[in-house]
Amino acid sequence: MHIPDGFLDLKTVLGTDLVAAGALAVTVRAVRRRLSSRQVPLMGLTATFVFAAQMLNFPVAGGTSGHLVGAALTAALVGPGAAVLVMTAVLVVQCLVFADGGLLALGANVLNMAIIGGLGGGLLYRVLASRSRGLRGQVSAAAFAGWCTVVLGSAACAVELSSSGTVPLRLVLPAMVSVHMLIGVGEAVITALVLVAIASIRPELVTRGRPRPIPLPLRLVAGGVGAALCLAVLLGPFASSLPDGLEHVATTLGFVERAASAAAPLADYHVPGMAPSVTATAAAGAIGTLLMLGASLLIGRLLVPGGGPAKPGTER
Amino acid sequence: MRPDFLDRYSRLSSPVHRLPAAVKTTATLALITTVAAAPRGWTPLFVATAAALLVLAAMSRIPPLFLVRRLLLLEPFVIGVAFLSLFQPGGWERFVVLLARSTLCLFALILFTNTTPFSQLLTVLRRVRVPGIFVTLLALMYRYIFVLLDESTRLQRARASRSFSRRAGRGWRGTAQMAGQLFVRSSERAERIYDAMCARGWRP
Repeated sequence: MHIPDGFLDLKTVLGTDLVAAGALAVTVRAVRRRLSSRQVPLMGLTATFVFAAQMLNFPVAGGTSGHLVGAALTAALVGPGAAVLVMTAVLVVQCLVFADGGLLALGANVLNMAIIGGLGGGLLYRVLASRSRGLRGQVSAAAFAGWCTVVLGSAACAVELSSSGTVPLRLVLPAMVSVHMLIGVGEAVITALVLVAIASIRPELVTRGRPRPIPLPLRLVAGGVGAALCLAVLLGPFASSLPDGLEHVATTLGFVERAASAAAPLADYHVPGMAPSVTATAAAGAIGTLLMLGASLLIGRLLVPGGGPAKPGTER
Repeated sequence: MRPDFLDRYSRLSSPVHRLPAAVKTTATLALITTVAAAPRGWTPLFVATAAALLVLAAMSRIPPLFLVRRLLLLEPFVIGVAFLSLFQPGGWERFVVLLARSTLCLFALILFTNTTPFSQLLTVLRRVRVPGIFVTLLALMYRYIFVLLDESTRLQRARASRSFSRRAGRGWRGTAQMAGQLFVRSSERAERIYDAMCARGWRP
């Protein structure tokens, strides 16, 4: 999902770079105010850990394999603000050492993965995990947050690509989002598994990140993230039918429709029985999100037998 | 693990390597911006940029095969996205321009990162007023990537030596357990590093 240079036009590059720089400046200030200096090496090593963990392969059927992205996991372990800086550092090193992800597109990549991932995923995790007690709630929340970060990041990526005129939105948004709804399931499961593994070795590393009831402003931001998710899933398809070369659409419509379904492996992304319309696509997105929420609860239940309130010994 | 496998060639000695890092950063940014912003018809500009980059690559004394391999490693995503642009009016032309543009940018970036040591990049970042805490984060990361990758290799070797069938411990749970172990070890290491940093008079 690392956007290389050359795909984004100057307006998108400037926009995303400015937004990312602004968000980073605010985060740095907040992190500096709230974290002790003891956290600095921890953040550095967490960034290194994310980098190394991304190289571990999780085999998927047919000889392919996936890997962890890690934004939601990081946010669950070190908090949303620190997670933004950690993920940004990972992206900067990937760009400056491996040329993975463009230099001008760094802002867009930071926005898609570090800010949406760390801040959005982290806040989502906090809201969900603070509603329940115990490890089981944390694991479920992290799994769902992991799925959301991947899906939202891919939606943002699609919007940036299309706003640069590289590819039309009605093509790239459904293609990216449907593929990443599947990839996100992998991310959710891996996030949950790693969190459980850490809790089994050093429980206090997980429970110290247990969210306290969160203040109102943060809850508002989290509400905003939730609203953005709904918008992306529900309104995205509508936005994609906005005129974008309308006069050509008439001539190429049949072709484009076929191309779209060929480009998305999840070709039956539409709800059966309904015409493959915008509404059906939106409904499929909403159903997918709800299903994933249920699946996350199930993941927590499966991985943490006898969840409930934490045992006295595991609390610090 | 060889401690320099990440940026083996960034410390060679050539005219390109010897240029100040700030100059190279500015030049790369300018070049990528120009190429990314150039309108579709400007074929001479693309050709000229490609020629200039090839000359620089030759001057840098980096093995050409290495550069080509890096380029090919990152090209699939470029082709994948460019492929989507085929499905619109004037698709073929867009596809070619997009491919040329992003390949040129990618090549410039690969050349830049492989001729500039990371420590010099950090100095540039510090000079353009990137917050200190963030530069420290990057420096720590670069310092410990090798250590952690070694740690990861050790964990994998230990698992391989203890599992007798090919598949044992290779499931998701086993790998996740390893990732968890890796995080625990890195956070323990972070505490020791903090003590060591303080002992040497570091302050944030």
